[in-house]
Amino acid sequence: MEFAIALVALTLLIAVVVTGPLRNKAGAERPSTTRIEELSAAKEAKYREIRDAELDHRMGKLSREDWRAVDRELRGEAIEILRELDRLEGRSVDGR
Amino acid sequence: MAGVGSACLTVGLLTALYAVGASVYGAITGRRGWVASGRRAIYCLAALCVAAFAILESAFLRSDFSYALVAEGSSTDTPTFYKVTAVWATQDGSLLLWATVLSLFASAVLFLTRHSLRDIAPWATAVLGCVAAFFLLLMVGWENPFDTLAVPPPEGAGLNPLLRHPAMMIHPPMLYTGYVGFSIPFAFAIGALVTRRTGADWIRATRRFALIAWTFLGTGILLGALWSYSELGWGGYWAWDPVENASLMPWLVGTAFLHSIMVQEKRGMLKVWNVTLICATFTLALLGTFLVRSGILDSIHAFGASTIGVQMLVFIACVIALSVGLILARLPDLRSEARLDSLLSREAFFLLNNLVLVGLCLVVLWGTFFPLISEAITGTESSVGPPWFERIVTPLALVLVLLSGVGPVLAWRRVTASALFRLFAAPAAFTAVALVVLLAFTEAAKSVPSLLMFSFVAFVLAVVGQEFWRGTSARRLVTGEAWPQAFSRLFGRNRRRYGGYLVHAGIAVLFLGVAASSAFVDQRDVRLSPGDSIRVGDYDVTYVRATARLGGDDGGTGAPISLGAVLKVHRGDQAFTLHPSRNYYSTSDPSKGAISRFFEGEATSEVDVRWGLRRDLWLAVRPDLVSLEEPIARADREFADSPGRVQAFVISTLARLYRDNPPPAAFRAIVSPLVAWIWIGGAIAILGALIAAWPSPEARLRRVRSLYAARVGRELTRA
Repeated sequence: MEFAIALVALTLLIAVVVTGPLRNKAGAERPSTTRIEELSAAKEAKYREIRDAELDHRMGKLSREDWRAVDRELRGEAIEILRELDRLEGRSVDGR
Repeated sequence: MAGVGSACLTVGLLTALYAVGASVYGAITGRRGWVASGRRAIYCLAALCVAAFAILESAFLRSDFSYALVAEGSSTDTPTFYKVTAVWATQDGSLLLWATVLSLFASAVLFLTRHSLRDIAPWATAVLGCVAAFFLLLMVGWENPFDTLAVPPPEGAGLNPLLRHPAMMIHPPMLYTGYVGFSIPFAFAIGALVTRRTGADWIRATRRFALIAWTFLGTGILLGALWSYSELGWGGYWAWDPVENASLMPWLVGTAFLHSIMVQEKRGMLKVWNVTLICATFTLALLGTFLVRSGILDSIHAFGASTIGVQMLVFIACVIALSVGLILARLPDLRSEARLDSLLSREAFFLLNNLVLVGLCLVVLWGTFFPLISEAITGTESSVGPPWFERIVTPLALVLVLLSGVGPVLAWRRVTASALFRLFAAPAAFTAVALVVLLAFTEAAKSVPSLLMFSFVAFVLAVVGQEFWRGTSARRLVTGEAWPQAFSRLFGRNRRRYGGYLVHAGIAVLFLGVAASSAFVDQRDVRLSPGDSIRVGDYDVTYVRATARLGGDDGGTGAPISLGAVLKVHRGDQAFTLHPSRNYYSTSDPSKGAISRFFEGEATSEVDVRWGLRRDLWLAVRPDLVSLEEPIARADREFADSPGRVQAFVISTLARLYRDNPPPAAFRAIVSPLVAWIWIGGAIAILGALIAAWPSPEARLRRVRSLYAARVGRELTRA
């Protein structure tokens, strides 16, 4: 009896909770919002790579030429990410 | 409340299945409401599992023997400390622990990724829901922790005495958190494969979970080794037991995964490796759970041959089939985005590192399953023991330690040959000096593998020290900061890198302890009477007298009887005493007498260890109860129906009889050099991993800013 009552009560409770998003359409996300999150994470990762490469160069692991080549490449990739971010966030090239 | 607990599991199963269906439907149709609904179902599952776990814990703490599990695994005289842990000492309880930890981890990762990975996350939710549903189905269908007894017994069987040790309190939750933790990156890897989003996004979202899982699994393995060393009475910490190996295998492959994903993050390479490694890690984690619970292999951990072995095998087969099928189907999407620029690069050495780690795993896998394989082929079960493992694992371990010193020195993409010489000069010189010192002042040359290991450890520590030195110097050049400030800022802003270096240093130190304690251990097995002495290592050990204690044993395990010894130890001008003992627990076996059941039940060795940074002195005793057999038999006849307090008096008399006229007892004395550095090295590695996993404050702040920016964008659109 205890099991049956708990089963019914819990099922009803869970059903109300999990069907909440199906009843509430207003909270739907724009796809671009999640893309912004992903690009922000990618931007952080790229900045970390740029800092790592600079640290490697300062520690003598990368020659100046190699570091410049790597840095150029990484900054180019970062710029592409920032362009995409600006486009999604509705910003222009001059920052307005 | 058992009914409520059982209902939580049943509703949990239905909720997990709903999460799978809703997420898949939402992913296929693009209807975000269903995806959110599936995610909420996982949150609800976590709540249900936590509630069920709380109900079960409450039953153990109250010693409610109407619960079959409580009657089987606890008793009124089990110390409270161990009543809490008794929940996961049983198969049913450990399944509930699995499901609870999984649902909590799943909830955490789905909450953190609720605004990102919109293509991958629903599929990951479905995979996590499937895994949770499987474990809940095992409980609902076969091993329900809330089964009740029609007639509750007045007393429970008690917790297995071997488990009455603090390390055992947290060893299983650590291991299970590790196993479960790897399900997160696995689920997202499957999601990435299904959606063909095979870039680094899924790795970035789950890297911390993988690192946390690796840390917990490593901690669990270390605690298990510590328990073995201090509880099992044989004096070792690793026996290549099948269940020990079962936890080591996912840890090895998980280590390879953690290194390999760095290459994909930075260079877009090794994509096939990464999905294969994480699928293998998760499969091995399931295999580990299967080995512990199936009883299929002989092991000290064989806590129960079970009814769920076949089901687990089927599930593991499904996981393997899904993983292999998806990887093969998505091979074109897993092409590397870049090529290896140079063999002298961090990427190349990470790949080599991966090969060694996977090779180690395969060796352990073969050795662990060899009994089954030989039985299947030849009809007779043969097994391989520690010498086989050590012969093959040792050279691989040496290569691994060496690589852990080379990797940090190299840069991504390439290092020039001239830079290599400059970077390795100091560590190589330090290693050469260390080698000379070892040869001149120690007996390390007696074991070539150990000598090599010590040298490689010196190399790794020199490399790590150099990395910290050069990094701090480089920062000081730019910022002008003082040394302590530059060092802490360097560490704080590069936690992944320097936390990782700390892990390398910790593992190297751990191997130092393993090599020294394996090759240079001094062990004596003797029989001593009071007054006798032995020499072991540099220690003179004298058996002074026997001891007997009723109740209130030093370890707090609740043992009714504890028989032991006092030993006086001298080493130079050092003098101290050690008190090893053996605990005797009563048995409920009806064939035993009223008195003999206290002496003929389970018994555990309570070793005493003089811990030291240079060496441990480890002592265990096994009292000889032959002289008590006849008095015990007489007591069984004469006091079978006596009141409890009379029987207690008889037992105490017998214990005093042993104490006052002890026959020769068997002792094991072991001097193990540097064994403490295993635990210290492990702790350093764990600390390094936690530092590497900790988010940096700047990253947190930027993430918060970007979240607010995104929110403003959303709200502007709605207005």
